[in-house]
Amino acid sequence: MKRTKIYMIALILFLISGSFMYYKVTKLGMPLIPSQQSDVWVVEAKLQFQAGGGPAKASFYIPNDPPGFVKLNEDFISSNYGLATNPAGENRKAEWAVRRAKGKQVLYYRMELTPDSSAPAPRTTPRPGYPQAPEHDDTMQAAIDALLNDVRAHSADVATFTRELLTRLNNPKPDQNISLINKVGYGSVEWVRQLIGILATARIPARIVYVLPLQDLVKHGQLVPWIEVHNDFEWIAFDPVTGQQGFRDNILVWRTGDDPLVTIHGGKPATVDFSMSRQTHSQVDVAEQWARQSNAKVMEFSLFALPVQTQNVYRIILMVPLGALVIVVLRNLIGLATFGTFMPVLVAMAFRETSLMWGIVMFTTLVTVGLLLRQFLEKLHLLLVPRLAAVLTIVIMLIAVFSIISVRLDMERGLSVALFPVVILAMTIERMSIVLEETGSKEAFKLGLGSMIAAIIGYLVMTNGLLAHLFFVFPELLLAVLGLTMLVGRYTGYRLMELWRFRGLMKDADKP
Amino acid sequence: MKMPWTKLRELGIVGMNQRNADFIMPYNQRKYYPLVDNKLLTKARAIKRGIPVPKLYCSIELEHQIAHLPGILEKHDDFVIKPANGSGGNGIMVIAGKTPGGYFRKANDALISISDIKHHVSNILSGMYSLGGDNDSCIVEYRVKFDPCFEHVSYKGVPDLRIIVFRGVPVFAMVRLPTRQSDGRANLHQGAVGAGIDLATGKTIRGVMSSRPIDIHPDTGTPVSNLEIPYWSRILHLAASCYDLAPLGYLGVDIVLDRELGPMMLELNARPGLAIQIANKQGLAPILRYAEKVGTIPKDPAARVELGLIIREAVLGKPAVTP
Repeated sequence: MKRTKIYMIALILFLISGSFMYYKVTKLGMPLIPSQQSDVWVVEAKLQFQAGGGPAKASFYIPNDPPGFVKLNEDFISSNYGLATNPAGENRKAEWAVRRAKGKQVLYYRMELTPDSSAPAPRTTPRPGYPQAPEHDDTMQAAIDALLNDVRAHSADVATFTRELLTRLNNPKPDQNISLINKVGYGSVEWVRQLIGILATARIPARIVYVLPLQDLVKHGQLVPWIEVHNDFEWIAFDPVTGQQGFRDNILVWRTGDDPLVTIHGGKPATVDFSMSRQTHSQVDVAEQWARQSNAKVMEFSLFALPVQTQNVYRIILMVPLGALVIVVLRNLIGLATFGTFMPVLVAMAFRETSLMWGIVMFTTLVTVGLLLRQFLEKLHLLLVPRLAAVLTIVIMLIAVFSIISVRLDMERGLSVALFPVVILAMTIERMSIVLEETGSKEAFKLGLGSMIAAIIGYLVMTNGLLAHLFFVFPELLLAVLGLTMLVGRYTGYRLMELWRFRGLMKDADKP
Repeated sequence: MKMPWTKLRELGIVGMNQRNADFIMPYNQRKYYPLVDNKLLTKARAIKRGIPVPKLYCSIELEHQIAHLPGILEKHDDFVIKPANGSGGNGIMVIAGKTPGGYFRKANDALISISDIKHHVSNILSGMYSLGGDNDSCIVEYRVKFDPCFEHVSYKGVPDLRIIVFRGVPVFAMVRLPTRQSDGRANLHQGAVGAGIDLATGKTIRGVMSSRPIDIHPDTGTPVSNLEIPYWSRILHLAASCYDLAPLGYLGVDIVLDRELGPMMLELNARPGLAIQIANKQGLAPILRYAEKVGTIPKDPAARVELGLIIREAVLGKPAVTP
């Protein structure tokens, strides 16, 4: 009776989750597998400055919904800094702040982008007023007027006017007027500013746009100024050097306007370096792209409606039940013994941050060293809770040493050690040492190995690209996981390990 | 070719999942667990019902009481210190004697000082051995002087009897013999020898060590099969009456035999393990399934012992012939 009830509930759960999925796949066209061939650009900006020793604040423009791209992910790696991102007009600003900073400071901003195949929405805002014509001396004024008259005669609207102007200014064999105007280098910021001035003389609103030309494997890229003119409807972008209209595929708009890119309070001015690389991701989230492009009502209530950072958190959280299911299977169907019930899941989540090999190396080293130190603490006859606290302190110191060494050796992984769940590590060490004393090293080793195996399997399942994609796009799959868990919950058959345990009895039975 | 699980099923072997789902969950009510998990409580209830238990010397609940420990221990040459809420035999310290220099001799002949004992007690109090790490109390009690019948089949430590009592009816029994490998502990998965007992005759059937059948004790070289357990009917009666002090349908009763005081209940277990099947060369399932169908279980422990023997005979046929 109980069993049929469980089967019914599980069946209902499977049906609900299956029908939701069916609807999303067939009616909404949600992809079942993550796209294989989309390009993903990884762009990293590195800020460096010397801090004065007191409070330091860095505010840095970052892209806000760049046209022609879909932002997949962004990260701020800023060790001890507090971070806020704020909209600033057309742009977005990252504000880092710290109470006390001395010496060389390095902050990173990293984003992953994929080209957006659909036509970008026109850039209409803000609607500018007509600019005041700037003052020039007489000769200059005459030269500009002559140029503008010529351009006006050869153009029909604001866009053609600008293109015509750029063609003339960029002519490799300039006439007299143009050599008089062109004093600064082609394509430089000053040159673009001057260009805006010339357009203002013709009462055409123009603004500077800083873009990052995307090129694979560039280490020290810099922002390049472009120009945008307003034609009463929208902003039209031009490459000031070639005069080509519109942003090309590999042009990432970083910000609009001419304020300093980065401002530092409490330190020397910062240098900014851009590096970028192109990857072909298997995990590119076509669904997310899709969600942004389409306006399906269902998507309003999906996880895609959340801010990117929250989405990233959910990408991890949604995998936790799957990790728990792995533990259920390992314990109740296989019979693997582990420390604690869900501790391996937590360790697996730590592996996410450190990568698998590093995680295993770090985990075993920390546990071994921690155990040795704990043996020493045991000799001092400390009470239980202070001893646990002492182990915790030591583990944290060990992790700090790990980070320092890895930074010294220029290994980036050191940065993520800080996210290692320290308390779990300390509890593991304490538990392991009790088992070690009480039931011997064999049992402790067995449990430790079991936990490690469970953590590795959990890690592999929880970081599987296809599963991560499926669970994020179809969170209703969690209902199916729930159903499976319930089914295993009523499994009363043998565990795999028990077949080994009772092998002697089987052998006896085989004998006549 | 039969699949291994089919073979096990035919042998009636109960696995961990089945034990939990089919026997522990339906028959053991959660609210009675404290009666067996807290050994102080078990002891008090046993004394009230006239069930023999090792004498309690003192219990320690608070850290500052540890200061009185030397005064209490002075009166006793040997004793056992254990956590009231321990599990799996963890945290038990057996003191077998004292040396003239003021040191204590453990059962494994290691010498320890009074401050080592105090540290151990303090560890117990802070919950190191209790489930969930809650604060615990500590028991100091009579050390059982085990019956000479086991002298040649155990290495250090105290051998004990494990009896499975299902719905108040004793249905399975084994004796657990400490070995050098188990470090004097009567715990099968640490390497102690288990020997199944024929309920009807009170004689051991055969021995098992680490899942392998053995005929002689690995440390003493004495056969472990066909041993006759003394006081057998008293032991069965004692096991059956333990159901009255903790009404758990699937109960493990641990009994020790004292040289002078006879059988005594050491502790009760709400989740008895499955190794008893290996030691008995017999699965639990057919007997438990049969006992499940019995309509009314008699109130009198002696009648329940009788019922147990009848059930075993009905399921297994004639009492097993010992080799």
